[in-house]
Amino acid sequence: MSQIVEPASSDVIHGHEAHVHKDNQGAKIGMWLFLLTELLLFAGLFLLYSAYRYFHSDAFHRAGLDMHTLFGTLNTIVLLTSSLTMALSIAAIQRGKKWLSITFLSSTILLGLSFLTVKYFEWSSEIAKGIYPGSAKLLDRSNGEILFFGLYYTMTGLHGLHVIAGMIVLIFMLVFIVRDKITKDDYIKLENAGLYWHLVDIIWIFLFPLFYLIN
Amino acid sequence: MEAQEAKSHSEQISHGTYVLVWLALIVLTCITVAASGINLAAFTIVVTLLIALTKASLVVNIFMHIKFEDKIFKVFLGIAGFTLFVIFSLTFADVFFRR
Repeated sequence: MSQIVEPASSDVIHGHEAHVHKDNQGAKIGMWLFLLTELLLFAGLFLLYSAYRYFHSDAFHRAGLDMHTLFGTLNTIVLLTSSLTMALSIAAIQRGKKWLSITFLSSTILLGLSFLTVKYFEWSSEIAKGIYPGSAKLLDRSNGEILFFGLYYTMTGLHGLHVIAGMIVLIFMLVFIVRDKITKDDYIKLENAGLYWHLVDIIWIFLFPLFYLIN
Repeated sequence: MEAQEAKSHSEQISHGTYVLVWLALIVLTCITVAASGINLAAFTIVVTLLIALTKASLVVNIFMHIKFEDKIFKVFLGIAGFTLFVIFSLTFADVFFRR
């Protein structure tokens, strides 16, 4: 087994801090392995959704009529845009444009906040209609509809928690860029945080048609 | 060195490329919403999921730089994708043919 860790390529190129042994590839591989466990976590829920949808196809369609497609579409656009600003933030730091990177990263965090705000109004509206886990109104409906809304709250809720976690990570990254801990020569932290943010986006890309476009 | 190449490749992606990918993602979102409005019966779910897969692959390849990474990343994703495929196939084989 080779014991020499390959230095970050940028260190080689720029010549300074060459003594610091950093393995950016290794860091990225570690991040991807973590992302794959996240994928497996959500895949289990998607599996549950598929099986229940097969058994309760009509009920799922009936329940889908109570969904707010507009809120869902709006949130899809918000999250896709936040992925764009995330990618642009990394592109900016790669080119040494610190403040541009900060601007894009702040936009990403604000778009994450917008996503949660829309989600708040969406859930509030559903709850106002008496649709929430264990509500008397929901328990009067068929098993399939109860399952649909159970999965809806679980999956979008778990996804929402991931958005919150992502925002917290991104706030830390923002501080790192401001304090020059993340720079043109060493931006692996920002890149990995970006990977997490994009994964959250990808999960939403699949949640969207399954819950909001079923009618 | 391969690692260096991968890095410089991802640095070559221009802001314009990212914006174009974003535009494609937005257009695909509009298409999927429109398609779900048309009554295609059982095909609706197939169409919307195919569009979702296309969108996901755009995000993975460009935004997450997988297209420009070393082969090992693609192998990781391939194995993960295959594992999920097996898990879903086996579960569906049970669900569809039960009774």
